[in-house]
Amino acid sequence: MIQPASERASRRRRFRLIAFAGLCASHVALISIGLLFALPFYWLVSTALKPDSQIFAMPPVWIPHPVVWSNYPRALHYIPFALYTWNTVKICLYTVIGTVVSCSLAAYSLARIPWRGRNLVFATLIVSMILPGQVTMIPTFAIFKWLGWIGTILPLTAPAFLGNAFYIFLLRQFFMTIPRELSEAARMDGCTEFAVYWRVIMPLAKPALVTVGLFTFIGSWNDFLGPLLYLNDERTYTLSMGLQRFVSQHGAEWAMLMAASTVMTLPIIVIFFLAQRTFIEGVTLTGIKG
Amino acid sequence: MKSSVQAKRDTLNGLLFASPWILGFLTFVLYPLVASLYYSFCSYDAISPPHFIGLENYRIMLTQDPLFWRSLWNTLYMAIFGLPVSLAAALGIALLLNQRIRGISIYRTIYFLPSITPVVASSVLWMWLLNPQVGLINTSLHRLGISSPPAWLSDPNWAKPALILMGLWAVGGGMVIYLASLQDVPASLLEAASLDGAGRWAKFRHVTVPSISPVILFNLIMGLIGTFQYFTQAYVMTNGGPQDATMFYALHLFNRAFQDFEMGYASAMAWVLFVITLICAIVVFRTSARWVYYAGESS
Repeated sequence: MIQPASERASRRRRFRLIAFAGLCASHVALISIGLLFALPFYWLVSTALKPDSQIFAMPPVWIPHPVVWSNYPRALHYIPFALYTWNTVKICLYTVIGTVVSCSLAAYSLARIPWRGRNLVFATLIVSMILPGQVTMIPTFAIFKWLGWIGTILPLTAPAFLGNAFYIFLLRQFFMTIPRELSEAARMDGCTEFAVYWRVIMPLAKPALVTVGLFTFIGSWNDFLGPLLYLNDERTYTLSMGLQRFVSQHGAEWAMLMAASTVMTLPIIVIFFLAQRTFIEGVTLTGIKG
Repeated sequence: MKSSVQAKRDTLNGLLFASPWILGFLTFVLYPLVASLYYSFCSYDAISPPHFIGLENYRIMLTQDPLFWRSLWNTLYMAIFGLPVSLAAALGIALLLNQRIRGISIYRTIYFLPSITPVVASSVLWMWLLNPQVGLINTSLHRLGISSPPAWLSDPNWAKPALILMGLWAVGGGMVIYLASLQDVPASLLEAASLDGAGRWAKFRHVTVPSISPVILFNLIMGLIGTFQYFTQAYVMTNGGPQDATMFYALHLFNRAFQDFEMGYASAMAWVLFVITLICAIVVFRTSARWVYYAGESS
């Protein structure tokens, strides 16, 4: 049966109207939930810019007036920020270098060299990922105590040079996707295994290496348990440690606490914006290929 | 055929390249695993050498330490009530984002950022938001007409829900993983379902969920492991209080090990945690055969 043209047009119009309404509903939902997610960040920044009288005002003051910048220098005065930032950055850099080097080597072995026993090594690697950190925490602490490393940053940085199961797995998945012919060709030209790794695979794996580097950096920047276990001297504290100690001593200084939290969070947000795509792809890679 | 010289060289190279991790595994996984099992049968304070006492730590744990049971229950509470809510929220937001909508990357950024905010910083921020008298949440609830909103972290009944609420803010990581898998759901399947007269819910239930089920499994397992090790937020925000309502397993273990220096007892607790994690993982994997579908596999 053939419908009259007018009826067909009206049906199409009705269909479009429903689709449009659906789109509007989605937008409304996305915006309102998005506001809820952004609100804590707004409150963080605005509290840090308020004078004390407005922090405890009822009803809450949404826009600080006048804007008070002095909470930042005050927070920086109480917490030796420059020192803690430097300590944190130092740990982050060592950890990133160690992780990227050691994990890419192990991943290369597991993905690109056909050797007896690599399946066993790979299976062990996977199983080791589910082991709760609490199980290894105490003997590991005992090892570092025996080495005399408690109170230094070495327990936080040295293990990075011995690989990380999760990142090895991620890099291995990426290395597997690089065509075999590329390394074969390099070998034909007389390259050693290390040259194939360094000159062929590493340049091709840059996106994955950047992902691992970013994740390691952020993990290290945000880490709290590690510094809590091993750093006992204020001069070696990281930002996480410094902020937590400050909370336990000056619990109610909200403006200063918010200022300090902002300063600690800002670098992570900047890094995220600089490397947004790598980030999202990296998270995806860990989940999908997992 | 590979020559035996080549095979030997490959084995040598393979071992050499993997040697940093193998060394790391032996030092920081295998040895600690064995050592902590041994410590769990010892009285050990990290200063004098461990002294064997048999099953005493386990006996005390199960019969004389009410805080062990309390912390175990608190942790299970988070796994039973908190984890499903946050998994569902992550999926819900991912579904909203998985549409052809303008400005999607802005939304994605807003939803994702909280999940990479340093935990200590976000804990401090939420202590402020959840403040019973002057926090933004309660002043807002007041304005909405709720005259006596919960005291959140100061109320034993509301402290764990408060932490779950804060956890919802940081679901971004799981959300991004869901989103990527949603974009891989075959459009042809969804169209075929539409042609067969399937509505939105039917398509979601019978096409989308099966397609992304491996990712649901991944997020569930990672979420479980993470929940069992829940530590930093509780340490910073409540230190176990009020009335032990947020004394989670990992926090109790940490206190026993590094405040009371009962490393043997803490090792026994760690092994119990390990066994519980293992059992949960096995149960999830076993039951997952019933609800996880892998593409290219006939079922």
